[in-house]
Amino acid sequence: MSVSANDQTLKLQQAVAQALAHNTPLNIRGGGSKAFYGRAASGEPLCLREHCGIVNYHPSELVVTARTGTLLTELERILAEESQMLAFEPPHFGETATLGGTIACGFSGPRRPFAGSARDSVLGCRIINGKAEVLSFGGEVIKNVAGFDVSRLMAGAMGTLGVLLEVSLKVLPQPEAERTCRFELPVFGALDRMARLASEPLPVSGLSYDGCALHVRLSGAEKAVRVAAARIGGDQTEDDGGYWRALNEQRLDFFRAETNVWRLSLPPASQPLALSGDWFYDWAGGLRWLKTDEPAEAVFTAAERARGHAVLFKGRNRGADVFQPLTGKLKELNRNIKQAFDPGGLFNPQRMYRDW
Amino acid sequence: MITTHPHPSEKIHHQVDRNRLLEEFRRLLPPASILTEAEALRPYECDGLSMYRCLPWVVLLPENVEQIQRIMKICSRHGVPVVARGGGTGLAGSALPLENGVLLVLSKLNRILELDPANRLARVQPGVRNIVVSEAARPYGLFYAPDPSSQIACTLGGNIAENAGGVHCLKYGLTTHNVLEVRIVTMDGELVTLGSGGLDGPGLDLLALMVGSEGLLGIAVEIAVKLLPLPEDTQVVMAAFDEVEKAGRAVSEIIAGGLLPAGLEMMDHAIIRAAEDFVGAGYPAEAEAILIVEFDGMREQVEEDLARALGLLDACGAYRLDVAATPADRQKLWAGRKSAFPAAGRISPDYYCMDGTIPRRFLAETLKKIADLSRQYGLAVANVFHAGDGNLHPLILYDAAKSGELARAEQLGGAILEHCIAVGGTITGEHGVGIEKINQMCLQFQANELQQFQAVKRAFDVEGLLNPGKAVPSLHRCAEWGAMHVHQGRLRFSDIERF
Repeated sequence: MSVSANDQTLKLQQAVAQALAHNTPLNIRGGGSKAFYGRAASGEPLCLREHCGIVNYHPSELVVTARTGTLLTELERILAEESQMLAFEPPHFGETATLGGTIACGFSGPRRPFAGSARDSVLGCRIINGKAEVLSFGGEVIKNVAGFDVSRLMAGAMGTLGVLLEVSLKVLPQPEAERTCRFELPVFGALDRMARLASEPLPVSGLSYDGCALHVRLSGAEKAVRVAAARIGGDQTEDDGGYWRALNEQRLDFFRAETNVWRLSLPPASQPLALSGDWFYDWAGGLRWLKTDEPAEAVFTAAERARGHAVLFKGRNRGADVFQPLTGKLKELNRNIKQAFDPGGLFNPQRMYRDW
Repeated sequence: MITTHPHPSEKIHHQVDRNRLLEEFRRLLPPASILTEAEALRPYECDGLSMYRCLPWVVLLPENVEQIQRIMKICSRHGVPVVARGGGTGLAGSALPLENGVLLVLSKLNRILELDPANRLARVQPGVRNIVVSEAARPYGLFYAPDPSSQIACTLGGNIAENAGGVHCLKYGLTTHNVLEVRIVTMDGELVTLGSGGLDGPGLDLLALMVGSEGLLGIAVEIAVKLLPLPEDTQVVMAAFDEVEKAGRAVSEIIAGGLLPAGLEMMDHAIIRAAEDFVGAGYPAEAEAILIVEFDGMREQVEEDLARALGLLDACGAYRLDVAATPADRQKLWAGRKSAFPAAGRISPDYYCMDGTIPRRFLAETLKKIADLSRQYGLAVANVFHAGDGNLHPLILYDAAKSGELARAEQLGGAILEHCIAVGGTITGEHGVGIEKINQMCLQFQANELQQFQAVKRAFDVEGLLNPGKAVPSLHRCAEWGAMHVHQGRLRFSDIERF
């Protein structure tokens, strides 16, 4: 199957070449649904929205390749027609969300600990690097170890390394049935229960705790889900995805915040951190949302001590550090890699870190 | 056997006096950690790809991370290249030593540092063998998913370097999907942590670059891997077909039908017979192809998946379906597949294992192409295939004692890889590029893509001292090789100076 659509590669390449010639930084934009994320954007807008369409999709290969301006809703609709889905359950944060923005931000939803992340799903990509060269890495096959894994490096790089043109993703079959079990528990009981459930051979596809109730999502064959739910207990609902979608899109009451919202990625069984504010636990405890007025430094320090890292997901001061500050050799390697792809510093300057 | 010398454009030249360098190493390592005599060096002259050999200049066996950092600082200061080696089971020659370089053998760093069932992770040293991790995790009901066929001997450090796969990749992914954090020592002796104890790490995803980098970017000295719950139930079915095309269609139907087998393997007629003669797995010797399909997980899930798979296999024309009734039967069905390589070794004095990957829909076409090439080059080929993820292992049968056969086997292998690229696949699914497929990298990638790889390499190792001459070819190598290898009527790398 191949849907012909706009291929803007040449136009985009020329725009990058122009920017390179005139030393003009570029602000790469898809649908703008994630403009809130990262440090404040600057530079001339480079719009990818018209560079869209499915390039290749063979359901029996479990692989789809699309141009990055493709709407996420459109991509998900086409997969759903074949009873398939993006395994990493990306949040949209708006109707205009594109594939490119989704991969550049590297966001993954509640299914992530059980079915892999956005970067895990990436198999290949085409990019324009900072020398205005169109390059391809990876491919459309699940196993591929030829050359450095540049494609996965692009996930979460916030467009700082190149303009994403096409992405190939591994997709998965949709589960036949889903069901959610709900328990009211105190925080320590919930963390303990999540760790135990994640260690059992059950078809778990979501484990979240909102400070009051633990939600367990089961996905799989009808009978397996029914039997697993009976084993687990709790209040049960045939799941229409309502709760999990609201969590993923941050439409739950918790996320209506006037304060800063932090995203902490930690070892899942970490004890609750000594930071004031309200907490929401996803990914079996591995992803923690924190609403707080604590200073950034306190959050970064606590996350690092717990062997994890923090991001100011929605915050008031986007001129300051938003991503976990890097130090020493790791900082140097990050800067060197930026240099290796974008020596002129064209793409999304300072969107991740203030020194590049 | 080929004694290899680095390509002139990829060789690191230095004038360092070996004895003076050894004096520096003796100050930080015990005598048993330094090998210099030819007979002690001999076991390290090759890895699992034994057709390429080179006696290392010096072998060092450090005992801790600090020693590794100091060794790297010394080598960096003198401009001496370093090649890291784990279990030495690699099939692409990525750990082939250098005649003027240090071979850093990591086998003494073989401790499990931490087993953390609550966080479902194991923290290990790079010399820990793959299977040991799952054995240590089993009492907690957990396991480590990637299981390359060399898992009793290969090490986690090597698995990181090669992004090792196995027979369960379709469902469980490769090494890159199962690693949380790697501490590396860079060429300048610095210790850096990539990833984190959580499911993602800070900054750019350098862990993605490190996994599968074949020892070109850093030395993995501590590795945290993800552990998964042991499945409650496992079921295996063997399906026999009288035509390869029918088996290929069955693979597509299973995937398109929404099933996600833990393993989905195909074997062709030649390898079925060889394996059957070798271990007596109970395969039908007359079959043109067999599939081995495994499901694991919760009991009720496995039951439903198996029932649906049997229906699909039947509808695709399987003439025999054997479901393993007991764990012993299951092991027997797998025994044939797992003995495919030694079985090939029994029917031919030598064999050469390829590792291309193709989109599955080109399976029948590819097998036909391989059969044509096999006739053209006058060498038999037996095929085993990780059908679930499109990874093909044609085994080219040859006799190194016969003049010209090795060269012909290499040419036939190269032609198979070119076909894999032509149908949209890749030259290596899981074995790596190493020295073996470095020329074919010139076909798979354009010059500016290779230059981008070289820029990535320099970002970690500015002098290019880590494992030079492997994985990423120089453009001069490509120009030289491309001159002999006109692809689709176009001369590649035509703008590079030739010598």
